[in-house]
Amino acid sequence: MSQAVVAKLKGTFAASVLDVKEHRGEVTVTVKKEDIVDICRYLKEEAGYNFLCDLCGVDYLGQTPRFMVVYNLYNITTKERLRVKVPVDEQDCCVDTVSGVWSTANWPERECWDLMGISFTGHPDLRRILMPADWEGHPLRKDYPLQGPGRDLYQGRLS
Amino acid sequence: MATKETMTINMGPQHPSTHGVLQLVLELDGETVVKAVPHIGFLHRGVEKLSENRSYHRALPLTDRLDYLAPMSNNLGYVLAVEKLLGITDQIPERAKVVRVMMAELTRIKSHLVWLATHALDIGAMTVFLYCFREREAIMDMYEKLSGARMTSNYFRVGGLSLDLPEGFENDVRDFIDAMPGHIDTYEGLLTGNKIWQKRTIGVAKISAEDAIDIGLTGPALRGSGVDWDLRRDNPYTGYEDYDFKVITRDGCDTFDRYKVRLDEMRESCKIIYQALDKLQPGPILADVPSVCLPAKKDVVNSIEGLIHQFKIITEGFKPEPGEVYQGIEAPKGELGYYMVSDGSANPFRMKIRPPSFVNLQALPQMVEGSLLADVIAAIGTLDIVLGEIDR
Repeated sequence: MSQAVVAKLKGTFAASVLDVKEHRGEVTVTVKKEDIVDICRYLKEEAGYNFLCDLCGVDYLGQTPRFMVVYNLYNITTKERLRVKVPVDEQDCCVDTVSGVWSTANWPERECWDLMGISFTGHPDLRRILMPADWEGHPLRKDYPLQGPGRDLYQGRLS
Repeated sequence: MATKETMTINMGPQHPSTHGVLQLVLELDGETVVKAVPHIGFLHRGVEKLSENRSYHRALPLTDRLDYLAPMSNNLGYVLAVEKLLGITDQIPERAKVVRVMMAELTRIKSHLVWLATHALDIGAMTVFLYCFREREAIMDMYEKLSGARMTSNYFRVGGLSLDLPEGFENDVRDFIDAMPGHIDTYEGLLTGNKIWQKRTIGVAKISAEDAIDIGLTGPALRGSGVDWDLRRDNPYTGYEDYDFKVITRDGCDTFDRYKVRLDEMRESCKIIYQALDKLQPGPILADVPSVCLPAKKDVVNSIEGLIHQFKIITEGFKPEPGEVYQGIEAPKGELGYYMVSDGSANPFRMKIRPPSFVNLQALPQMVEGSLLADVIAAIGTLDIVLGEIDR
């Protein structure tokens, strides 16, 4: 079923779908970031993915593009999951917000901005959420030291 | 002409009815809430960052500390996610699966008991608090017997369980669930027909099914708005497909109906535990996957191979092949999800937790704006939040 949705998605947004992967029975679609809002709206309205479970960023330090923003979607009617990913460059570290598609994206996007430093264009209230408002840096980035700012990178518990 | 002014007040982070360190900035017009802005993060411990620097086995104890009222549910979500990442989901022994279901349901009862106790206390019904904590204490004792800890259980393992059930444990559980439905009747007797309780809950903090889905509510909070969705039935994990239980939904969309949903859920949990007890057969408690699971203690102390095996797993851990998985479970408070990314090393490359309370709390402003200040307390209670998992 997820595969059928992916096939339809490929038909509608042929130029946007970069990659489709299946791992442990879960389908992941990587798409271009310019079209993320349109694709999300399509998945919600046409394919029935009416529930955004989770949204987060992943830092692949050393690779280009450096970041991935991951959307875990759920269809409450057919009880199926689908994962959509968007590559984000370090130089142009922003994605359009999907909080207009699912209101639930509001806080997870704030969290992603706070901890990963990926900004969301058009977000209604993009403030830090877990870290203090005057904090500098984004702690979940791979080049952010585990033991706090200004410390060496953690080398394991025996270092 | 009279001027209309609003007043801004701080509720929390040290307010007893914010269930932890939640701060709400409320803009009030008289007693009516015009705007509510939650501030969170006071308990942020960086669990996701920490886990990236620990092996998979060593990241497990961090998960107890998320929703500390339901530690075993957190452990369960984590071990299921890692097992999926490893591709060993089918190899988990039957006994381990049954014990997991049994403990997950006891945890649900335990979590709902604290919810009911504090929710009722917040809106003025003190007696229920004491009764609920009496029953919760029994579950805590079982936790202690089983894992050695009353709260931070750390009992499940990737591949199965850390220890087998202690002697007489099944009888303890049976005695408890024999008595539990009677206790729930007692709570209902104190609250359901109580005029004050009804006034404080019926029609309070309403949210329609459509809005609830849009804002991301899950669990009893969503089922109280009439959405029939329970991951135990719809995307079964750890053998839930073999159990017979009802998914409770009610259409009132208000605090009272969410209260009824949770109470009935406790009764259903008792039914599931009865079935689990009947299914329980002697057998192995860990999967036969030596590269992942620790060897039995007797092998470690009696053979050099066993010792080396244990040493390898403790020092090096195991390395799932690169890939990513998402595992959602029906935790007491809603959908608890773990999104795990592996890069082929012994540490999780990325572990994103989707805590139900975090997303549920987002609905709070929508639920309270336009209502009375006193209803904010009821709304926080009915969402059943735990700041440990919101802030992580």
